[in-house]
Amino acid sequence: MIRQLYILVLLIAATVQGNATIHLVKAGESIQAAIKKASAGDMIKVYPGTYREKGILIDKQLVLIGIDFPVLDGEKKYEILTITADHVVIEGFEIIRSGYSSMDELAAVRIKEANYVGVRKNRLRDNFFGIYCQHARYALISDNHITSNGTSELEAGNGIHAWKSDHLVIQNNFISGHRDGIYFEFVTESTITNNQSHKNIRYGLHFMFSHQDIYTQNTFSENGAGVAVMYSRQVTMFHNKFLDNWGSAAYGILLKDISDSKAAFNEFARNTAAIYMEGSSRLSIYANRFVQNGYGIRIQASCDNNTISKNNFIANSFDIATNGSLVLNSFDENYWDKYEGYDLDKDGVGDIPYRPLSLFALIVERNNSAMMLFRSPMVGLLERAEKIMPGITPEKLKDSKPQMKPLPL
Amino acid sequence: MIIATNVQKKFGRLVALDRISLSCNKGQTIALIGPNGSGKTTFIKCLLGMVIPDSGFITVNQENIHQNWQYRKQIGYMPQISRFPDNMTIEQVIDMVRDIRYQPGQELDEELIDAFDLRRQFGKRMRTLSGGTRQKVSACLAFLFNPAILILDEPTAGLDPVSSELLKDKITREKAKGKLILITSHVLSDLDDLVSEIIYLQDGQLRFHESVSQLQEKTGEAKLNKVMAQIMLQKTAHQ
Amino acid sequence: MKKIIKYSLLDILRNRIILAYTLLLALVSISLFLLEDNPAKAIMSLLNISLLIVPLVSSIFCTIYLYNSAEFIELLVAQPIKRSRLLWGVYLGMITALLVALLLGIGLPLLILHPASTSLHLFLISCALTVVFASLATLSAVLTRDKAKGIGLSLLLWFYFTFIFDGLVLLVLFQLADYPLDTAMIGMSMLNPIDMARIGMLLQLDISAMMGLTGALFQDFFGTGAGLLLITFVMLIWMAFPILLAVRRFKNKDL
Repeated sequence: MIRQLYILVLLIAATVQGNATIHLVKAGESIQAAIKKASAGDMIKVYPGTYREKGILIDKQLVLIGIDFPVLDGEKKYEILTITADHVVIEGFEIIRSGYSSMDELAAVRIKEANYVGVRKNRLRDNFFGIYCQHARYALISDNHITSNGTSELEAGNGIHAWKSDHLVIQNNFISGHRDGIYFEFVTESTITNNQSHKNIRYGLHFMFSHQDIYTQNTFSENGAGVAVMYSRQVTMFHNKFLDNWGSAAYGILLKDISDSKAAFNEFARNTAAIYMEGSSRLSIYANRFVQNGYGIRIQASCDNNTISKNNFIANSFDIATNGSLVLNSFDENYWDKYEGYDLDKDGVGDIPYRPLSLFALIVERNNSAMMLFRSPMVGLLERAEKIMPGITPEKLKDSKPQMKPLPL
Repeated sequence: MIIATNVQKKFGRLVALDRISLSCNKGQTIALIGPNGSGKTTFIKCLLGMVIPDSGFITVNQENIHQNWQYRKQIGYMPQISRFPDNMTIEQVIDMVRDIRYQPGQELDEELIDAFDLRRQFGKRMRTLSGGTRQKVSACLAFLFNPAILILDEPTAGLDPVSSELLKDKITREKAKGKLILITSHVLSDLDDLVSEIIYLQDGQLRFHESVSQLQEKTGEAKLNKVMAQIMLQKTAHQ
Repeated sequence: MKKIIKYSLLDILRNRIILAYTLLLALVSISLFLLEDNPAKAIMSLLNISLLIVPLVSSIFCTIYLYNSAEFIELLVAQPIKRSRLLWGVYLGMITALLVALLLGIGLPLLILHPASTSLHLFLISCALTVVFASLATLSAVLTRDKAKGIGLSLLLWFYFTFIFDGLVLLVLFQLADYPLDTAMIGMSMLNPIDMARIGMLLQLDISAMMGLTGALFQDFFGTGAGLLLITFVMLIWMAFPILLAVRRFKNKDL
């Protein structure tokens, strides 16, 4: 799929070089006028300068290239670029100060009901919404640097916002200071690769009703609430990093009503809760690293048939927490650094099962303030007693094959 | 030099000192006498600020000693039972007290150290010493800083006759220098020719404070133990 | 006072207990780091040990030492020295010795084996606990005349702060589970120096979990520097109050 799209973009470039006219726009001239003049398949090159055009509409197949980042300024009033034609490429612009409206979701770049559009290597600063895909198909959004300095959820829009779109490729972008870094609603069969979503106000990535999507090699760090993946099926999450998401409602990743999906080879470090799962089923969570999180996995009783295996749990305050006593998920073959068992037959697997749910995690679940007693010698005594004779923690929540050494991840 | 006014001290229900008022002057050598538990040591400890009286006050050279420590510069004290840090040697103890108490220009009196020939035992640790040797160390410390007031609680107890005599000679010499010396002792014969006044305490009360010559006159006896026995007899006869 | 510190320090250093304590701490911290390849886990174990052992040893050592130096104190009390200076001198001598033991037993091994901010935190917290419990022990020794009673009292204080207090807090917590307790929890923790030390360490080790606590006060306490500031302040009070009271009582104590 990715390859197809590359070919398409290359094709566009090829056509332009072949038999199209190149229009030049210099500082003081109008880009919109050049678009009017040009015919489908042409290229427009824009020289450095600041262009305040109160909204530019691209309604024919064009390639717009900025030379040394000409500035397109929306003066905080207008949507800056609106693309309604297929096969449009926007590259090398600095697009700043889009309009803000509580009624309309004004964006720096809007792709509206268009296919095969490429938005590449642009710098977006201080916009309401960054790149907005609406009924877009086969769009490529790559290598953009998208920043804003929003302070509240209401005042800021999303960095890359996609709605009712499919076959999008979003890669190598840096997004910061928006409401959600990347927002997907009803977006299917798309890939999100190698992006960095950092310090956004709400979620680094926000995903709803978006099935069969893949996201890999992304880094989500210090976002207000981490990453939320909700109401979706068949999502693949590989090789991502979820770092430093702190707060009572902040998660490395929030999985709500997700099914038949996979999360593997990810790294979760220093999050309040690395994974929070609710109403999710048939997930495979394997080969991930959970390091120094408050909670490794908070799995609510509404989750079933999930497999959590072959992960490393290292230096987390709590490895597992849950709110019920029903256990419908499996936790086998993980490495838990808190495991204190032995391996007499030297097969690398502990001979006695490990119970990752500590008594104190349960106490804290019921009474938040008890957290102040964490690591108290008194609590230590209680936990030891509970480990020897489990009475309160669910009997079935255990790893029967705990690894003696960390898995090579 | 020392004036006690209405000094009272209770330990629980026991009245250790019952409104004691007395004054001691320069040049006097006073024996503090009384049966066991009569309050002698408590009174001495009050003088040194080790025990705080419940009421009444004590002045030393017109200075109230309450919450005061400067006045102790003028006092050399030899306790009834000398206790020292076990791990220190004699030399270390003497050096330590000297180090803490010494003031520039002060004249140190090491006569007793030489008299007792203590330097030969300087390297010995305190815990290995006999009671008598400890008393010797204690005596040396009391005289070391040439104080104007000497308070000696049972100074000769535990000393061999030779050392006892050495100490008495020393006391006599200090007396000649016009110091105020306060001695308690059970062995009254030790105090003969030494003391000029007697303070008699019983049940925490001051029974009398008189000069030896007066007492000798009253009783017609020369030796102190005879004098005291006579007084006791008179008292019981009186009752 | 300097001279008294000097002499009591010399006396303590001749004492083999402090040497044994240093060796024990060094042995524990070095073996934990050498046997455990995960330094975070080693720090955690060392924290547990320090929270138990450091207050215990400080309490017992100081009480016993104060009783054993009764002779020393008696000898000096009759000398022209201010009583308060005498007690301060012995007290400062004791904590200097204990802190040196801590420096050699925990500080140095941590500096070599795991130079990180958590290590520094752990060391500082151990130091604070040492001083607090030395103060409490001095107070116990001054308040009681009998050696066994004094040692008993300081052991009781240690046991109370280590186990009983937290048990009571847990009990209160569950009795009043329906009420918002975040203010009360922080308030109650301030009544226990060991809790304060432990929470100071949580700020380092488990900050990501602590940020999950609901309640604006917790967010402020753990999220901003306010928590650390408060802990430092409360610990200083815990260090100063018992020793000041002890000195006050000692001034009027009959010896």
